[in-house]
Amino acid sequence: VIGRDLLGIEDLERSDIERILEAAVHMHEIGEREVKKVPTLRGRTVVNLFFEASTRTRASFEIAGKRLSADVVNFSPSSSSLKKAESILDTARTLDAMDPDAVIVRHAVAGVPKRIADVLEAPVINAGDGAHEHPTQALLDLFTVQQEKGRIDGLTVTIVGDIVHSRVARSNIYGFLKLGAEVRVAAPPPMIPPAVETLGVKAFTSLREALDGADVVMALRIQNERLAGSYFPSVREYSATYGLDRAKLRYAKDDAIVMHPGPVNRGVELSHDLADHRPSVILDQVRNGVAIRMAVLYLLAGRRRRAAGEPGDAR
Amino acid sequence: MSRLLIRGGRILDPATGRDEPGDLLAEDGRIVAVGRSLDGRGAEVLDAEGGWIAPGFVDLHAHLREPGQEYKEDIASGGRAAVAGGFTAVACMANTHPVNDDPAMTDYILDRARQDSPARVYPVAAATRGQKGETMTEMAALVEAGAVAFSDDGRTIMDSGVMRRVLEYSRLVGVPVISHCEDRTLVRDGVVNEGAVSTRLGLPGNPAVAEVVHVERDIRLAALTGAHLHVAHVSTAGAVEVIRRAREAGVNVTAEVSPHHLTLTDEACLGYDTNTKVAPPLRSAPDVAACRAGLVDGSLDAIATDHAPHAQHEKDQEFTEAPPGMIGFETAAAVVLDLVRAGELSPLELVRRLSTNPARILRRAGGSLAPGEVADVTVLDPDRRWVYEPAKGWSKSRNSPWAGRELVGRVVATVVAGRLVYHADRGVLVP
Repeated sequence: VIGRDLLGIEDLERSDIERILEAAVHMHEIGEREVKKVPTLRGRTVVNLFFEASTRTRASFEIAGKRLSADVVNFSPSSSSLKKAESILDTARTLDAMDPDAVIVRHAVAGVPKRIADVLEAPVINAGDGAHEHPTQALLDLFTVQQEKGRIDGLTVTIVGDIVHSRVARSNIYGFLKLGAEVRVAAPPPMIPPAVETLGVKAFTSLREALDGADVVMALRIQNERLAGSYFPSVREYSATYGLDRAKLRYAKDDAIVMHPGPVNRGVELSHDLADHRPSVILDQVRNGVAIRMAVLYLLAGRRRRAAGEPGDAR
Repeated sequence: MSRLLIRGGRILDPATGRDEPGDLLAEDGRIVAVGRSLDGRGAEVLDAEGGWIAPGFVDLHAHLREPGQEYKEDIASGGRAAVAGGFTAVACMANTHPVNDDPAMTDYILDRARQDSPARVYPVAAATRGQKGETMTEMAALVEAGAVAFSDDGRTIMDSGVMRRVLEYSRLVGVPVISHCEDRTLVRDGVVNEGAVSTRLGLPGNPAVAEVVHVERDIRLAALTGAHLHVAHVSTAGAVEVIRRAREAGVNVTAEVSPHHLTLTDEACLGYDTNTKVAPPLRSAPDVAACRAGLVDGSLDAIATDHAPHAQHEKDQEFTEAPPGMIGFETAAAVVLDLVRAGELSPLELVRRLSTNPARILRRAGGSLAPGEVADVTVLDPDRRWVYEPAKGWSKSRNSPWAGRELVGRVVATVVAGRLVYHADRGVLVP
């Protein structure tokens, strides 16, 4: 049984992950029906609390909630501390008074979903916090790999790019390791997090070595504006060294797949060709995202409300 | 004539090396006798009940927030919290609003302290005007007004040329320049120690080397100028090593370490509790071990709290936004007793680092129980268990990583200038 909140993959047991992936199989099936709606969460309120701008993830959660018949409310307070009239915990307490059944939180700073979960009655689902975790992204990536490869155990997964600033990388590292894969990271040296090997991965600066024998290659988005000149010299040099194209992909296994959490900087992390065609599975990832988020909402928001002190009260 | 007899304790006087059961008799603000079965006729009697009788603790580093941020703390509340923690004197940093960079401001702080604070207050003046790191302050006038040291503290002087002149000029007045050693170009947006923990948390890291290179720079400048450099809140193994070598080479450098850097590692940050956010950040276990070893071998002279009150609504912000710092007066003694329990320091040597050494660094009275000395005395029960609840404490703020924790060791009584100003059962008694 997974916990009250979904704050990160680091907190999950292998069995928790498998349970979510199983539930997602059913949710995926609902998404293929003509009428893509079930009454599971009818009468429940799901709040999308997005302090950081997001179109894709928010839409994915919104569609997931609606397919389960939940009432989905989007709430996007400004995250600028200058404009902000109240602290994040004040916002959380205000929201809690409105009695939601689940709150989905995205914030540019790591740890905010955890701190909100500490004061909130409703379960909190982390939709990405700073460079910490993005658990539903990792779950949809695991689901996609499972679909493609039929297994995760024993695979070699190489994550390429801005590891140090990436919540997607962290969540995927925990997820793939827990399900028995080998995980490698490859990046310009300033983008390899300090002591990253303590997470259980192997770090490479050579893309060629990192790709050798890889079953799955995951490219991460580079935030050009912010990073060029300090973490790497230029977009051109990054692209030449770490950008994936068909030539570089030959270092990986013949049947390797290519993933990207989107949105893709075409011609930077991935060549145009790879961004659009197999072996990249980017649109499958997006599609599976809805199923995963339905599964998570079903497992967390669908619970009977806890009364204080009731047996099974997770607090 | 006022007399106070503190009876039946363990006399711990690092200044004379005395460690034996006994009483202490104070008269008119001075210690007049220390020994067994003193005659306390006509004296107010304080039963020390087998606790330690130590010279009053002196805190080299605190933020009292007055003037300007009285919603966090003021001289009255800070002074009360100080004596409740056994501190009979506290040095207060200059980062008030406005900054203490002018004799009138130093005067004001001392005036407020005389009226409101049961603890002695030693103002640390800014080293540069407005703590901007550009123009040095009027050090002679500030010392005349009562400043005990100079520091821009958290607004580290990054311009090496300015720091050199500040150190050079400080020789005129003969007081220490206190440096918060962090190279800001290396710290950047770092908020937790850079390493495995920052990687797991996904928060920007502040590398240990940011402290080490800055300590090295300031020590070279101290060696060049012959000035007294005091390194604030050392947190890294590298800095301890640099300071140790400098002292062996005869550089006039002293250093302090905080209770939190002696006992907490960066793993305390794993729950994103903003009360664990502090500058410099909590470091790795090897850094903590090196700081403890440095305190034991004398590379680091003193324990200083860096008491830094912040309001709840400020700490309720995102980890990156919340202001760094934690309150520390009321927990310090219990927390650092850990070094005694671990067998790393004797009680006498711990008291030396809480009292005698910091008093010596600031060239102030205190730090000794010898007859004739000022009667600033702390009575401590090293075994008393209590649960620390900031809401019941004396500070206006509650930002402590020890909130709700059971602590062992508690200040029983605090005496300033022969007057009982705090008693654990009766609270703060004056003013």
